[in-house]
Amino acid sequence: MEARVLLDTDLLDITITRLCYELIENYGDFSNSAIIGVQPRGAVFAEYLHSKLKTLTNIPITFGKIDPTFHRDDFRRGDDILQAKTTEMDFAVEGKKILLVDDVLFTGRTIRSAMDALISFGRPSKVELLALIDRRFNRELPIQADYLGITVDTVEPVKVKVEWENDADVTKNIVWILKDK
Amino acid sequence: MSQLSTKHLLGIKQLTEQDIRTILSTAAKFKEVINRPIKKVPTLRDITIANLFFENSTRTRVSFELAQKRLSADVINFSSSSSSVKKGETLLDTVNNILAMKVDMVVMRHPSPGAPHFLAKHIDANIINAGDGTHEHPTQALLDAFSMQEKLGDLAGKKVLIAGDIMHSRVALSNIFCLRKLGAEITLCGPPTLIPQGIESLGVRIEYNIEKALAWCDVANILRIQLERQNTKYFPSLREYALTFGVNKKRVESLHKEIVIMHPGPINRGVEITSDVADSKHSIILDQVENGVAVRMAALFLLANKGIEN
Repeated sequence: MEARVLLDTDLLDITITRLCYELIENYGDFSNSAIIGVQPRGAVFAEYLHSKLKTLTNIPITFGKIDPTFHRDDFRRGDDILQAKTTEMDFAVEGKKILLVDDVLFTGRTIRSAMDALISFGRPSKVELLALIDRRFNRELPIQADYLGITVDTVEPVKVKVEWENDADVTKNIVWILKDK
Repeated sequence: MSQLSTKHLLGIKQLTEQDIRTILSTAAKFKEVINRPIKKVPTLRDITIANLFFENSTRTRVSFELAQKRLSADVINFSSSSSSVKKGETLLDTVNNILAMKVDMVVMRHPSPGAPHFLAKHIDANIINAGDGTHEHPTQALLDAFSMQEKLGDLAGKKVLIAGDIMHSRVALSNIFCLRKLGAEITLCGPPTLIPQGIESLGVRIEYNIEKALAWCDVANILRIQLERQNTKYFPSLREYALTFGVNKKRVESLHKEIVIMHPGPINRGVEITSDVADSKHSIILDQVENGVAVRMAALFLLANKGIEN
């Protein structure tokens, strides 16, 4: 396995800071808005983004996590057994401006199912998508992000892996490109 | 981790501890789903499930049907009283005819112990046992364990009393298997005639004094006297049973500690439990019913997940 750094810790921090300022520009004081991380890995990134926004703005921002498992279109189809993660949505979605957050935007199928799951909580006034990494050549559905960290033009079997300092056996935030030799 | 070791849910006896924990943790996710404004998810939309009830049921049947509908499965219901069973058709013929209509999963309640185990040997569909005679009722034991865990946390070392008609109760047997696998201590209480000989070999204690048994336990699961399964008299009268083994307000209040009261239903109020206890703040009887839907959704989801690779 060949590993190459796509975003090192400093660059990743700059990218996330830039995304935060883009959000502040568009969301103002974040009233009647909520940030929702898509389980499992998008929720980890969303937590990081949320705490960074809180440091920059010093205002409380409604935050949740959504698990799209039960709404996926590959149940019983793939080799993987689907495993549900927790959904934490202790606020009303009705009429709110929602920002869905994921780490890697790949086929678009996870975001499709996350939007489906989101609608079961009510009718948001608007839904936007923020993705840290956009692997645009692999899209299988017409879904694009409104806020983007970085675009990578790779196809399978190349993988993109985002590691956070709070993960097990990880000491710093870093984004890897992994390729079989 | 997320896989069950079995294709069917025939009884708790066949499940591993890990299977039980997987079902319970998945049920917690489904409990969140059934408390959403829109309680339905599309997960099982391509699956057809037949509910075959060869014996009467209210709670279990409604609970299974609701769980299936919340998962978007197609459901067909069948009860023996209005079917060709009355014309002399065998169980295997009935089920094979239903399966020929492309049914993926069968939920079955049957008065004969082992009926779902027999079916599992002869058909391909996933089978869930919804109660087979006096043998097992796995989803009831799972929802009981889930409800206890919600109240008490991990069940290892917790003291559970199962009181009542142990001999005729499939809930008792499934509860014993399930709670033992989760590490709980169990005491059975009831008239000696209703406690099967040798049941201690399953790792349970027996106590014939209900007051001592209540004083010992953290949670008491009170079972109904199953008069419909008793063809001889096992105790002199219901009144005497209520006086000797019934759980009433006086007995609960004299404990000077909080215990959790459970009952799988249907309740015979005034016999095994009085109304003031069944409706008290100690009772989680209606939580059990709510949790039943979540636990059954989890079982259906995990078995369907397993289905295609086999």
